[in-house]
Amino acid sequence: MSSQWPLYEVFIRARSGLEHKHVGSVHAVDARMAVEHARDVYTRRQEGISIWVVRSSDIVASDPAEADALFEPARDKIYRHPTFYDIPDEVKNL
Amino acid sequence: MSAAPDALPAPAVRARYVLRLADTSLVLAQRLSEWIGRAPALEEELGLANVALDLLGQARSLLTYAAELEGRGRSEDDLAYLREPDEFLSATLAEQPNRDFAAAIVRQVLLDAFQMALYEGLARSEDSRLAQIATKSLPETRYHFRYSAGWLARLGDGTEESRRRVVVALEDLWRFTGELIASDEIDEAMAAAGLAPSASAVAARWSALVSEALEGATLERPPAVGPDTPVPCGRRGEHSEHLNQLLSEMQHLPRAHPGTRW
Repeated sequence: MSSQWPLYEVFIRARSGLEHKHVGSVHAVDARMAVEHARDVYTRRQEGISIWVVRSSDIVASDPAEADALFEPARDKIYRHPTFYDIPDEVKNL
Repeated sequence: MSAAPDALPAPAVRARYVLRLADTSLVLAQRLSEWIGRAPALEEELGLANVALDLLGQARSLLTYAAELEGRGRSEDDLAYLREPDEFLSATLAEQPNRDFAAAIVRQVLLDAFQMALYEGLARSEDSRLAQIATKSLPETRYHFRYSAGWLARLGDGTEESRRRVVVALEDLWRFTGELIASDEIDEAMAAAGLAPSASAVAARWSALVSEALEGATLERPPAVGPDTPVPCGRRGEHSEHLNQLLSEMQHLPRAHPGTRW
């Protein structure tokens, strides 16, 4: 039965985390059920304090065949890494 | 709660009241866990099992407390595994079998609404142990109701077949609801002493929650149970064959191997 239900991707924000992280997916017939399923499957051990779900079919992905064109040009531009700066101790989240 | 509480009911009366709550949660948890391996989807199986585990946790706290009130040196396990069916004081609705998913959901909605109404009142109990257990259980129970009412809406407002099944289940199970909102001398003694909410307060809240769930599912509320329909007596220890079967499975291991540890 669940194979006929649409797939939702699940994102959880951990108690100490600042952003939602992708943790997996669930089948559900609607968004509300997807949140409940995500809660039951992925937060049983207090993994999170916030859940996002999104229909998997609504995610637009980059084309692996275009990986060269998309990602290669960044390879030789190491000056874009912020390794040349001293980060003050007061800055907690960078 | 009354302003001038009457004398505290005898511990035996309080133990019986707590056992009714404990046994209703325990029997329902066992019924729900029967879905494991049989639920319509993996995610749903986890959902039902989570509800069952919450109820089992509530039952354990309540059984422990009932055993203390009783003062006969029995443990929560003794009460769960070594009592006979006629010593169980669970509401008759809880033992009704999982005929299909619709029946399980209707049973769940009716009992979730009951527990929510009850625990909201018990959270203000003069009995600090009961208040503490109710306060801890309330967020769980609110989620259970959200879950079951959500399914009731999907089934009731779903396909012709899902609606047919949920209507059949509602007609079948409604007759057991009279017991949830009835009161007897134990309820009255507890309420008079400020240890439990009055039966009328629980009934009013239960009724409002059930109406909300039924409206969300576009289902008509069955007429009030008439005086000619016998009120089930599970809370007095009178049960159907369904409970015998449920307990023989649940109690099999500790009875076959007394003293087994796990």
